[in-house]
This record gives sequence, structure tokens and C-alpha cells, in this order.
Amino acid sequence: MEVRPFNDISYERFLSEDKLMGSRCQKCGALSVPPRSICIKCYGSEMDWLEMKGKGKLAAFTSIAIGPPFMIKEGYDRKHPYVSGVVELEEGVKVVARVEGVDGSKPETIKIGTPLRVEFLHRGEGENPMTFLAFRPL
Amino acid sequence: MRGPRKLGRGVAVVGAGMSKFGMFGDKDSKYLFAEAFREMLSTVDKGIDPKDIDALYLGNFTNDFFVRQGHWGPIISDLLGLTPKPATRTEGACASSALAFREGVFAIASGFYDVVLVGGVEEMSKRSTEEVTQGLAMAASPYEVKAGFTFPGVFGAMATAYFAKYGASREHLMNVTIKSHNNARLNPKAQFNVSIRDIMNQRIEKAKSKGEPIPTWRDEKEFLRDPRANPVVAWPMHLYDCCPISDGASCVLLVAEEMAKYFTDSPLHVVGIGQGSGKGLHAKEDLTYFEATRYAAKEAYELSGLKPKDVQIAEVHDCFSIAEILHIEDLGFFNPGEGYKAVEEGLTRLDGLKPINTSGGLKCKGHPVGATGTGQLVEIWKQLRGEAGERQVPIRDLRIGATQSLGGTGGTCTLTILEKR
Repeated sequence: MEVRPFNDISYERFLSEDKLMGSRCQKCGALSVPPRSICIKCYGSEMDWLEMKGKGKLAAFTSIAIGPPFMIKEGYDRKHPYVSGVVELEEGVKVVARVEGVDGSKPETIKIGTPLRVEFLHRGEGENPMTFLAFRPL
Repeated sequence: MRGPRKLGRGVAVVGAGMSKFGMFGDKDSKYLFAEAFREMLSTVDKGIDPKDIDALYLGNFTNDFFVRQGHWGPIISDLLGLTPKPATRTEGACASSALAFREGVFAIASGFYDVVLVGGVEEMSKRSTEEVTQGLAMAASPYEVKAGFTFPGVFGAMATAYFAKYGASREHLMNVTIKSHNNARLNPKAQFNVSIRDIMNQRIEKAKSKGEPIPTWRDEKEFLRDPRANPVVAWPMHLYDCCPISDGASCVLLVAEEMAKYFTDSPLHVVGIGQGSGKGLHAKEDLTYFEATRYAAKEAYELSGLKPKDVQIAEVHDCFSIAEILHIEDLGFFNPGEGYKAVEEGLTRLDGLKPINTSGGLKCKGHPVGATGTGQLVEIWKQLRGEAGERQVPIRDLRIGATQSLGGTGGTCTLTILEKR
């Protein structure tokens, strides 16, 4: 397998292939998601790619009524808010992601600590396909 | 390795001014900065010839985006007749002019300059709310933006983490909002110089005059719980948890401490300065504090030899209500998880033990991002010199005040401590 550079471009490419990938420092084993090309623990620069299992729990969230243009385009507005969150993965690192399968209009019902599983939202047509990292309650 | 940090020589603030903050269709950045500059000149007790200013440091986040014009240092230098003296722009998102202040302090402390003007300006209201949101998002982490986070969203997420960890709730955030409005009511420069009670009365009068059903809110919290009055922006951040879009400018005059007597008999001495940087939301070890604020505080306390309890009043960066609670904990004024209780007990009110955001804060005074850092210093200048009028805090022997700024989602934070001797 080709070794892709440890950067955001590769991270996004992996997402488009339904993979949530991080970098692991060959020297000290420190894990980073998204990847880093320099280890900030030992300053090693030899990395391996590591695929996350995609399981975690909700560490923080918000239900957004007034979103950026690309979310409005997806049909979200004051009446249809979407949820974004911070997810703590089983591997011990955190990621920010969309949270699907919860009711953004009833944020009181969303609980910190809810177990979640990864999913990949493929959006955009033609020349500008985008994959958004998302999680959904188990 | 090395001893504690120190300044090469002392630096003092001898003048401070700000424009009114608000949304002004007919005022541009230059006009607003001139307004701030004129007020600053009028506060220098023994006068200042602007020709004696050695250099300008100007904080501006992104007028490039908001009014499609960059390179604001020389524009403001020319406006004030300071050319060909050097003008340097600093950018640290919402902390931009706090960085200008710090660079100005270093420039004098190094011995290079004696008299330095530091300030900030931002002109945001000429764009639509969507465009301003997009412009501000340039200061967030790219991962946050792609996950759909907005600025209120990032702070909303930190609020849910704080609630879960410490048992606080939305009701506690309302205490911050009510206090900010009560203070801003006494600040004629504030964008919203009205209390929540005033706003309720205005709504009731309006309903009466239009023959519409009259709202029956019993108190401020009931108004803030009403989704028609206070809609959600990014849960649990509602409209009244968020600072507005603002235009404005502010500046302060810094001089070498030994020269302060030529300008005033009551200068404020810069005793503590600190700055830190912070990671994006996903990389924070804990979502209930800002590592950059804690680092900045440590630096400023060490330099000043002061402790959090010595700081008598502070302006903190309350871009969102939850931020005020997190900052008063990060600055050591209250223990982690106890900030919301302190606000509830009234300790941070104008007449409390530790008044916070006597100006009304960013929430009510307004938040023209580049002007905010030095704008906070203007309030401390007024309070420490006993010139804050109706909102003067009733603390006897008031000597030490602080300002804390935050840029982006915690990427750049500063703490400045001023002392009257």
C-alpha cells in the first residue's frame, strides 16, 4: 500500500473511502487524529497510519439553529437544527463531527456519554465531492 | 535555565479612549478610530503632542474580509498624522488589540521607544450576518468548521461539557446575561445600554400600542426562557448569551514609566502581561477550560508577583455567557466548577466582592473584534482612576484591575494587570 503523506489532504481522502485514520508515532506510539507529520510528544517524524475502530462516546455537543451556508444548503435552519459534537474515541483521542440520529430540536434529550458509532456522509456532486465525518448512537 | 520573566523597564498607561460601540451604517473604521483617539487625547491629564508618539501598534482581525481593505497600520497612522513613524498591525482574532498592547509594552520595555500608541479597530456591520459568521469562522479550527461548528456552537459544546461535569444549567448562564445588561445600562458607550428589565418593558409597551397580546413575564429569567424573546442560536447558547456584531475602535497611550510624570500624576502601571496559545476543540484534554488563558494568567501573575485574589476588578472576554464563567475560573478568581455559583451569589456584580465586566462586557458593550482588547483596558483605566461615573465600583482602595482576551475558539489568550500606585 502506498504511504500517503501525514496531512489533512490524506485524512480527507481516507474519509472519502469510509476510513477514519490517524497517525501513530513509530518511536513513542503517540496517536493523533487528524494526523500529524511531527510527533508533539517526542518530536519523531516517522509515522504509521492507524485506522480507528469508529466507536466512541459523546463528550460535548451543540444543536445549531443558525449554520454556515453549506449546512443551510443541506436544508438545516432554525426549525431544523443540526447537531455537531466532540466524540471521544475508544482509542483515547477526540474528534469533532456531525452527530446524526438525534433530535436537534430537543437538545435536552441528548446526553453526554451516549455511545456512538462512526458514519461517513458523502455530499456534493461532480467535481466537489465532500465526505463529512459523523457519528450516530449505537 | 533562566530566572523569572521581567520587563527591561517599566511601562505605564497615561491615556485611554474608545468610540461608541454599535452598528453604524454611516461611520467607517477611520472615523471610529479618530473618535477613540480624540477621547484618548482628552484623558492625558497634562496633555500630549501627537508628534511625540514614536510608533503605532494596531489590532485588527479581518477588515480585509469585512470591508475588503487590508494593511490598516499605515491607514490609521496617516489618519492621525503619525507618518512616517512606524505602524504595525497585529492579528490574534478577537484578541488582536490585546496583542498590539503587548507588543507596545515590549517596544518600550526594550528601551527602543518611549511613547507608543496601541489600539484596535473593526468594522463588521457592513456585511450580512451570514457573511460576518463566515468571516469570524476563519479564526476557528478548520476541523470545527467542517463539522458544522459555528462560534456560538463551539462555546455551546463547551457549555454542555461544563454542565455535565459540574451540574450547572442554562439558568446559571442567565445570571451572567442579566448582570451584563445591568452594568451596560450605566455605560453610555455600550451598544446595548439597557437592562433586561428595560427590554421587557419596551416589549410590553410595544405590544400594548399595537393592540397585541401583552407578554406576562414575571421576571428576567422568565423572559430569557421565552423562546420567542430569546431564540436558540447554538444550544445551549441563545440570542441573549451571544455578543452582537459591532463596529468600533479603542486605543491607549503607553509611555516609559520614568516619563509618566510628564503626562499625568495618576498613571496606571503595567505590572502583569501574559499570553498563551491553545488547541482546537478536538485536541483539548478537557473541554471545560482554556489552556491558553491559564498559561497567560500564570505568566502575568508571575511577572506581577500578584495572586488572583489581589485582582480587584476584571474585564473578561465574554463573547458568550459561558465564556465569562470559564474565564473567571481559568484566571483563578474562583475554583474550577465554582464560577457559576459565584455569579449566582452576586459576587461578580458591580457591588460584589469581585466585579466582572463592569462595562457590560462584550455581550452588551459590543464586540468589534479588533477593538475589544484595548476597549477592555479603557474600562479598567476609568475604574482605577475613579472616573467610571454611575458604574464606578464601590471598592475602597481600588488599585488593581485586569483584562483578559480570547481569540478564536481559545487559540490566543492574554491577561493584562494594571496597578494604580
